[in-house]
Amino acid sequence: MTALDLNQQVRDAHERNDYDGLIALIPYARLLGVECLRMGEDMVFRLPANKDLIGNPTLPAIHGGVIAGFMEQAGLLHLLMFMGIPHMPKIIDFSIDYLRAGHYRDTYAQCQVWRQGRRVANVAITAWQSRQSEPIATARAHFKVDKP
Amino acid sequence: MSETAIVEKATRFLSALRHCQVLGMQVHAGNAQGLTLCLPYSQQIVGNPETGVIHGGAITTLMDTTCGISTVCVLPEFEICPTLDLRIDYMHPAEPLKDVFGFAECYRVTENVIFTRGYAYQDDPQQPIAHVVGTFMRMGKNARAGAPVTRDIQGGGA
Repeated sequence: MTALDLNQQVRDAHERNDYDGLIALIPYARLLGVECLRMGEDMVFRLPANKDLIGNPTLPAIHGGVIAGFMEQAGLLHLLMFMGIPHMPKIIDFSIDYLRAGHYRDTYAQCQVWRQGRRVANVAITAWQSRQSEPIATARAHFKVDKP
Repeated sequence: MSETAIVEKATRFLSALRHCQVLGMQVHAGNAQGLTLCLPYSQQIVGNPETGVIHGGAITTLMDTTCGISTVCVLPEFEICPTLDLRIDYMHPAEPLKDVFGFAECYRVTENVIFTRGYAYQDDPQQPIAHVVGTFMRMGKNARAGAPVTRDIQGGGA
């Protein structure tokens, strides 16, 4: 058994309204370098450009799987932040449409919860680089949000 | 194309993808029927530090890569094929400390599009942790943006 109580960390983050510590606890989020930027009432997630995230070496472009992983992580954090869920949601399914190449530069993501039921939440995630109106990918995911 | 040629081509393809090298991904098997890649378990891809379960994003990267490279199983010459879309359904979480394998096959190839499907598993391919479908765009073997890497993957001569 590990001493780390993740659900307690989630509750602490809610209380402090500061999620950097929580992100730092998730190894995969650290590997990608996910950051969150509060914009008034909204939250925008940032994936800083990093050579280790490149998939297509010729363009060069960020790996499509990395963009998907970043968007999944954004959706998960968004649910935690805005829905006050006291534990880590679990992914049920994830579907992504790639609209433009994700070039080797910073990528942003924003989320919209379309429906949160007692057991399942439906989240839409949009990712962009130069302009929010020109997304590089859109995704939607279902998360299981009831008690583990 | 022989099994050895497919595995060699897939290995060259994979070695050109920096992020896949960071994750330590390797070609496990390949033939005309499909391709299997391995994503070794490591601490850096953990999504839940309490349980040690791998993050869905790492599984997505494994499956996007496996589906994308599985195109070498059916195409006579290497082509850059960007992902149009990808869908993953999780059957159950991955078990911690165990490697994950991704299998993918191209089940329909048209002039412009390649339809792929596959699954991720750990011990038993009959008990997948996730099912995947992905659609890829064919850019043609002479696509400009892909020219240098195409040469690398073809083995210099093409």
